[in-house]
Amino acid sequence: MPLVARDEGSRPPVTAPGPIVRFDNVGLRYGTGAETLSDLSFSLRTGGFYFLTGPSGAGKTSLLKLLYLALRPSRGLIRLFGEDIVTMPRGRLPGFRRRIGVVFQEFRLVPHLSAFDNVALPLRVAGVDERDIATPVNEMLAWVGLSDRASARPATLSGGEQQRVAIARAVIARPELLVADEPTGNVDPEMAKRLIHLFDALNKLGTTVIVATHDLHLLTSVPSAEMIRLDRGQLADPTGALRNPPRKVEAAGGAR
Amino acid sequence: MTAAARDFGARDGRLFPEGRLSGPMPWVIAIMMFLTALAAATGLGLAAGAERIEGQIGNRVTVQIVEANPELRDRQAVAVAAMLERAEGVTRVRPVPADELDALLEPWLGASAATAELPVPALIDVDLGAGGRARLPQLRAAVQEVAPAAMVSDVADWLGPFSGLLASLQWLAAGLVALMIAATAATVVLAARSSLNTHGQTIEILHLMGATDQQIARMFQRRIALDVLFGGIVGAALAILVLVLIGGRVAAIGSELLGSIALPGHAWVVLALLPFAGAVLALLVARVTIQRALGRLL
Repeated sequence: MPLVARDEGSRPPVTAPGPIVRFDNVGLRYGTGAETLSDLSFSLRTGGFYFLTGPSGAGKTSLLKLLYLALRPSRGLIRLFGEDIVTMPRGRLPGFRRRIGVVFQEFRLVPHLSAFDNVALPLRVAGVDERDIATPVNEMLAWVGLSDRASARPATLSGGEQQRVAIARAVIARPELLVADEPTGNVDPEMAKRLIHLFDALNKLGTTVIVATHDLHLLTSVPSAEMIRLDRGQLADPTGALRNPPRKVEAAGGAR
Repeated sequence: MTAAARDFGARDGRLFPEGRLSGPMPWVIAIMMFLTALAAATGLGLAAGAERIEGQIGNRVTVQIVEANPELRDRQAVAVAAMLERAEGVTRVRPVPADELDALLEPWLGASAATAELPVPALIDVDLGAGGRARLPQLRAAVQEVAPAAMVSDVADWLGPFSGLLASLQWLAAGLVALMIAATAATVVLAARSSLNTHGQTIEILHLMGATDQQIARMFQRRIALDVLFGGIVGAALAILVLVLIGGRVAAIGSELLGSIALPGHAWVVLALLPFAGAVLALLVARVTIQRALGRLL
């Protein structure tokens, strides 16, 4: 997959080897209500592929919002890329957000921009020179099979096409962590499999991927994936994925 | 952050498709700038007029030789003028010529009236130098010694209230300008908030991509400032046109008093710069408003 060279100069120091995400006793409360997430403690290892499952209202989206820095927890510690992001000054967060790609169920494309310009947005936000944008964007659109739809507005694209544009946008800046919240919720089963294969391909290039989904069929589509289950804001660990190192790594005696 | 990152919003104006001039804001700004320019012009014109009047006659006294006998009146006028020429604190003595007196009386008595046939007082304009007004009582006594029936009228006696009126009008104009600036700032705040609401989803996406508050604010403030600049130029241009037309009408009246309240050259420059000052104000207000709103996001 063609990917854009990362602007190392604008990034924080390279993360030390270890988990890319670490939660310690994290709780999240909206306003004065009950805790939406309680006592979450887990690690995601760099390069892992995770499915986040659980019933509606379990707290999946809230957990992902913590991961893509849309929220700070009410309590507990979160380390992302080796740094404590709970107490991190707000001014440093944009630099961290540029290392995370996000895909939403409802796509969230900018409606007035073409597919090309939507995919180019992260590069423009990151300050990539305009002359260096066309090639990677076109390559990324080709990767998601939308070369011929580059100039189309989101309203003229199908759900699957919109989600592929959203995925291209999420990964064009080569994020270290890709967070997808029900990315297959608005597409047909065939397209859902294609999207998951795109995530798998990205994961094989080193990006840590976490996908929230209700669709149990998808869980088998990535054999190496591990599962995180949330229920009423608390964590279940059916595959042992969240232990560090995970059970299957221990069993295999090395990294995946 | 690279230069490209600083400018990404400007390059991609399509992010926010609401075109310039599509909303009411530029036209509201045009109306406010029109009123601001008129108020500013009034204030500047009054200030210049007050300064001019003060400089011309602020230190002037007028001696009236009230004497029915024309020969005696003329002799006393000459003597008083001669005395005043030598008096300390006096910088200029000018007996008002008979033809000027005729011109002064003409509106009331008609062109056929001749001062020679009327017991009109002789007038002497006296300009006082620094400290001259402090010596006015002595001067008055000296005049009355030469011409017992003479009266010394201090222009300041009637100019004072007039100057006070001009000062009050200047403050009123300044207050109106201040109100208009506040109203412009409030309009910009409303426009910025409206834009933030309209484009909330796009802003959230940019935010999650790692766009900084400054990057996002820059896109909005640039657009708002350009709208204000356009509205400001329209409003100020109309105001200048109106002022030119009014100036022409005043000149046609030929009133010295009204004519003295003419706009000085620098006032025109100030009026021409008002739209740009408005744009800078809008830029700053929009920046603060947007950054405060974005600051509420994580």
